[in-house]
Amino acid sequence: MKASATGRWVARAWLFAGYLFLYLPIVALVLYSFNDSPIPNVWRGFTLKWYTALASDTEMLAGLWLSLKIALLTACGSVVLGTLAAFALVKYKRFFGRTLFSGMVNAPLVMPEVVVGLSLLLMLVSIQRAIGFPERGMMTIWLGHLLLGMAYATVIVQSRLQDLNPQLEEAAMDLGARPSRVFWLVTLPMIAQSLASAWLLTFTLSLDDVVLSAFLSGPGSTTMPLVIFSRARLGLNPSVNAVATLIVVIVAIGILVASYLIARAERQRTLEMSAAARG
Amino acid sequence: MKTGFFDRFIGAWRGRHGVIGAPFLWLLLFFLFPFFIVLKISVSEMEAVQFKDLVTLKDGVLSLQLKLGNYVFITEDALYWRSYLASVKYAFITTLLCLAIGYPFAYFMARAKATVQPTLLMLVMLPFWTSFLLRVYAWKGLLSTDGWVHDLVVGMGLDQLLFMLGMIPAPGKLMNTPFSLVLGMTYTYLPFMILPLYGNLAKMDLRLLEAAQDLGASPWVAFWKITVPLSKAGIIAGAMLVFIPCVGEFVIPELLGGPETLMIGRVMWDEFFSNNDWPMASSVAVVMVLLILVPLAIFSKYQAEAQEARR
Repeated sequence: MKASATGRWVARAWLFAGYLFLYLPIVALVLYSFNDSPIPNVWRGFTLKWYTALASDTEMLAGLWLSLKIALLTACGSVVLGTLAAFALVKYKRFFGRTLFSGMVNAPLVMPEVVVGLSLLLMLVSIQRAIGFPERGMMTIWLGHLLLGMAYATVIVQSRLQDLNPQLEEAAMDLGARPSRVFWLVTLPMIAQSLASAWLLTFTLSLDDVVLSAFLSGPGSTTMPLVIFSRARLGLNPSVNAVATLIVVIVAIGILVASYLIARAERQRTLEMSAAARG
Repeated sequence: MKTGFFDRFIGAWRGRHGVIGAPFLWLLLFFLFPFFIVLKISVSEMEAVQFKDLVTLKDGVLSLQLKLGNYVFITEDALYWRSYLASVKYAFITTLLCLAIGYPFAYFMARAKATVQPTLLMLVMLPFWTSFLLRVYAWKGLLSTDGWVHDLVVGMGLDQLLFMLGMIPAPGKLMNTPFSLVLGMTYTYLPFMILPLYGNLAKMDLRLLEAAQDLGASPWVAFWKITVPLSKAGIIAGAMLVFIPCVGEFVIPELLGGPETLMIGRVMWDEFFSNNDWPMASSVAVVMVLLILVPLAIFSKYQAEAQEARR
């Protein structure tokens, strides 16, 4: 369909305004992290003092270290569990309790986190009272994040699995490959991209979570978002801007590297596939 | 070829047990089961630090004790049902705003040149990867006195309009008002509206629109009679992805909301962390789940259908 000139202009303006809305807070955070003023809102020249202050901020650094550990564990666990769940949903159209299963897989995506956090905590406390284990801390936070991360990972891997051409797997089976070899040699390389994006997304989800962590953390296990949240509650805080900028930079680099690698792998695979097809 | 753990594990792939069983059991144990515990505690009596057992066997009499006092209290105390109503109201306004901004956005994305679409999509997803907490916190600065957005809104005189709409208590005060709360939630959940809509609109068969135009329909008529009905699944998925989490939202009301925007997530949080009243917090949670049960069922149904339809 040919759009009119006005139509194109409206479309561009709308998209521009939308992206401006989405990126304005991020730009503001980065700019004000270099602001030499005790009032974070009024610009008074360039400084790096908030970054030097951050280097000696032990509370924040300890939180960051703990958050990174939990995020790493969460991302790996979520991808494994999410891939299993996605396989179950895509490969098996009928099994006992499938509706319940798919409902439970999707529910954490939208379920208010306060409800998930409260219910997990109450369960853990009940178990702890019965058998004296587990203590609230890193592992319990991990458990909560895993629940959330698994749901996101499942959705991502599931939509990739559904787009796969089943004939490739069938061909490999016909040629005598056992299911395990089909999985490692055929299926896995084809869904690798979705596994990577699921890993990255669940990593950042975990690194960012406040509510589940607040319910599931114990004494001495304060994650970075909890530190940031308690400071943000009290008002504007320049050290938070500095942390934000660092996170934005790290994430941007991570995304750029990942998308470059993914794009290269994808090109490689397309080349091999077309070569094989011509073969 | 060596037969390792993974081979046997994947071997069960054929036997189905491992692949279905492991995640199924995990979800039953850590997602569904905890809800029953919440349900149980919501009707339990607190006894010092322990909860009284619901079922007791005493002198050969099996008795079941349910304390429904918390639920009665929720219906009687204005604080609770007011905050439930406020949660639904603000979640609803947010959903409408996200749809109003997000639908044209997704539509223009889907009709942009095919070469730029991946970039446009990536740009919507990118904010996901930067901390949500920090982005909400940034609005605090932007909306408070001397903030960029504050100055812009007040400079354009829009605060008068917001005041008339009842979104701010006085002209010139934007932070800690219903306005800042709704803005923060719209900002946070907008991508959740755009992504399913885009996925839906990008797959649409454009020949249908050409056919409509050949038959004499104006672009506007064709849009309302063809594009909108065909994107119904995307609209519902997006609306549920925004509405349901907004009802129980805690972080945004806490950082951007004010005294008049007490939402139920915050009430529950305070019952738990400030009052240490676990049974009451559980009751509030149970009622919250009941409140979102219908939207939740709609969401799961459409999610499942969308996944099946892709095949």
